[in-house]
Amino acid sequence: MIRPETEAELAEVVAGATGPFRIIGGGTRDYGRPVAGADLSAAGLSGITLYEPGALTMVARAGTSLAEIEAALARENQRLPFEPTDLRSLLGTTGTPTIGGVFATNASGPRRVQVGAARDFLLGVRYVDGKGAVVKNGGRVMKNVTGYDLVKLMAGSYGTLGVMTEVSFKVLPAPEAAATMTLPVSDTSTVISALSAAVGSPFDVSGAAWANGQVVIRIEGFSASVAYRADRLSALLAPFGAVEVETDAAAVARHWAAIRDVASFAQAPGDVWRLSCRPSQAAALVAQLGAEEVILDWAGGLVWARVARGTDLRQRLTGFTGHATLVRAATETRGAIPSFHPEPPAVAALSKGLRAKFDPKGLFNPGIMD
Amino acid sequence: MDMPLPNAAILDRKMRIVELLQNVLGKDGVIFDPAETRAYECDALSAYRCPPLCVVLPRTTQEVSAVLAVCHAENVPVVPRGSGTSLAGGAMPTADAVILGVSRLNAVLETHYGDRMIRVQTGRTNLSVTGAVEQDGFFYAPDPSSQLACAIAGNIAMNSGGAHCLKYGVTTNNLLGVTIVLMDGTIVELGGGHMDAGGLDLLGVVCGSEGQLGVVTEATLRILPKPEGARPVLIGYDSNEVAGQCVSDIIKAGVLPVAIEFMDRPCIEATEAFAKAGYPMCEALLIIEVEGSPAEIDEQLTLIKDIAQRHNPVELREAADADQAARIWLGRKSAFGAMGQINDYMCLDGTIPVSQLPFVLRRIGEMSKEYGLGVGNVFHAGDGNMHPLILYNANTPGDLEKCEAFGADILKLCVEVGGCLTGEHGVGIEKRDLMTVQFAPVDLDAQMAVKDVFDPKWLLNPAKVFPLAASAQRRAG
Repeated sequence: MIRPETEAELAEVVAGATGPFRIIGGGTRDYGRPVAGADLSAAGLSGITLYEPGALTMVARAGTSLAEIEAALARENQRLPFEPTDLRSLLGTTGTPTIGGVFATNASGPRRVQVGAARDFLLGVRYVDGKGAVVKNGGRVMKNVTGYDLVKLMAGSYGTLGVMTEVSFKVLPAPEAAATMTLPVSDTSTVISALSAAVGSPFDVSGAAWANGQVVIRIEGFSASVAYRADRLSALLAPFGAVEVETDAAAVARHWAAIRDVASFAQAPGDVWRLSCRPSQAAALVAQLGAEEVILDWAGGLVWARVARGTDLRQRLTGFTGHATLVRAATETRGAIPSFHPEPPAVAALSKGLRAKFDPKGLFNPGIMD
Repeated sequence: MDMPLPNAAILDRKMRIVELLQNVLGKDGVIFDPAETRAYECDALSAYRCPPLCVVLPRTTQEVSAVLAVCHAENVPVVPRGSGTSLAGGAMPTADAVILGVSRLNAVLETHYGDRMIRVQTGRTNLSVTGAVEQDGFFYAPDPSSQLACAIAGNIAMNSGGAHCLKYGVTTNNLLGVTIVLMDGTIVELGGGHMDAGGLDLLGVVCGSEGQLGVVTEATLRILPKPEGARPVLIGYDSNEVAGQCVSDIIKAGVLPVAIEFMDRPCIEATEAFAKAGYPMCEALLIIEVEGSPAEIDEQLTLIKDIAQRHNPVELREAADADQAARIWLGRKSAFGAMGQINDYMCLDGTIPVSQLPFVLRRIGEMSKEYGLGVGNVFHAGDGNMHPLILYNANTPGDLEKCEAFGADILKLCVEVGGCLTGEHGVGIEKRDLMTVQFAPVDLDAQMAVKDVFDPKWLLNPAKVFPLAASAQRRAG
């Protein structure tokens, strides 16, 4: 494994390279089409370089562990608002998640429905492009429209456009209190109606999921406000089922970590797919999936499906306008079925054109998003 | 302000090009009489103007595609235009360019409250998007101050912000999908009603690309349920440092107001003389607004007032009712007009890390004396997006140039302290030649490579965003 310790060293490695690399942060999000190449780890580029709690911004080298970032934020009672997923138990990986890996995979958790995705919080990047040049874009301020937003392009690019060396991002205050409301609902259409009612209310819902036969709604904020909104939401949701309210902070956190990391799929067999759809299409979609188990997040906009090994789930879908990603499967399945949703020709041509510009020698994770 | 010389061959072919465009749009879709194209000679950066070759006003995505295909085949540059409210010259044409106005594309295509989205044609104005959903308790969050007039197309091109982005984000955070027409006429769908894009985030790079990558004709926007209520508090301080510290302490305490607005003394004085909002005469004034139910608002405002009191304010005024809230906002909302009563002004838009606020305000005050031009500061303090308004007299020879030099110095200062040239207005032609202050050649090259892919002939809004020297070779084709 090649593990540069500085940005300059990484740039030198890339500039002199002839063959492809498999880009790794912590190596915990191992999905996509398998990549043939020398392992190139960014984990050596580590450390928080700037943290201004009063400005809600942090800058860190890409290989900094997520744990280090979260601990530093917790000391100031702040957090990463988009609640990054930890897929180690689901994928059976063992590494240490890095902040670069979080942004490279746009790993957003349940709070995406309220505050936005990882990409919405990424303010600036430094990266090494395929020619070995160090490029910067964005910055460390929240409002910045100076030039093109390559920051968004880098987020979720799975290392295919460049190797990120430093990221700056927006953080938010951690709330004083949180509560979870659960209610048993089995029919998917009713589930979607309940989730839509919750997120369509003025009560600032920060999580809206369905797992283990229960609609699960989260609110966060100052204590009195949480109590008030819990009452209002309980009344709003009462027509859908008997509502129970949990206000113990640790219990609320555990419950949502399990939803975020798709914990109930971890020990169960089969392939795992992740589908992004319009919530209003989720019920029809779930009916088409024929899945062994389904979890809904993002008020129905995110469907996690566990299906029999080797299933090409896309073949079962008709009239689907979102995208389906194969997240967990055997290597041969990942080689045979595209992990990322095939793009229409015009979009695919643009993506291919961009990769050819950013990485002309095809060094970075070639084919991983095909 | 340098612009490339117009291509004489295109000027010579004007009537032939008009005829080709009329063939696809009909006679009422093309304006080419110089008297009638006058309204399109500039945008809100009105110090610079130029008559375009002609103006086209298509009604559908297919017509936009047909127009672009004609211009692509004829190698004619195209300048897309929303409502022409850009403060950066984003919609200013050159003499050899066709202006493509999207004003006739203004329909609401779909509203879905369950999916919390609305799909509109992009000529629709920002405020009328909220107008289409507010009767059902929803709103579209980005609120640039030109929202009555500005088009969604321009909002997407410039990634517009507004006063409430501390909580709700800017356009890119509220944009789910677009229909975009590339320069060769290809119609492309990016994103949609679902929340995340699958492959590379092309939607993310299109937003804020200043009309250089394609013409966005339709947009799917995230709409949000309206909060139960909102209430502002006004706090006055004797120094900018203390006001800046107060903002920082509020944010650190875990409150996230929807807006934190800041005005300095010159701006307060001008505003008070103009709007008589009853503001205290002090060095720095904060307007902080929070949202929620009445009880939630009380709780947040109590916390904010406690923090504010610790810094010894000269004034602390909470709105007791809607009338008082409107009075608190009255001065802020008339600040630009008030400054305009005094003289012509240039509005800057740099962003700085909020910790640098006192230092930057002090330096701007010093530079104001050196240049002999007055400046008032009104800005979004929560996110560090400054709007210094430099006063000058357009009728005094040399004053505009002096004002521009002062403005450039302020923007360089913003970059020096870790900020950027523009927070929400865009680069356009106004800040084009300052881009090298913020970016190295390799950084600009990476951005221009994106345009190479979307618009290989560099025909869309070509002489903007990048310094002319940096883009010369690409524009020459």
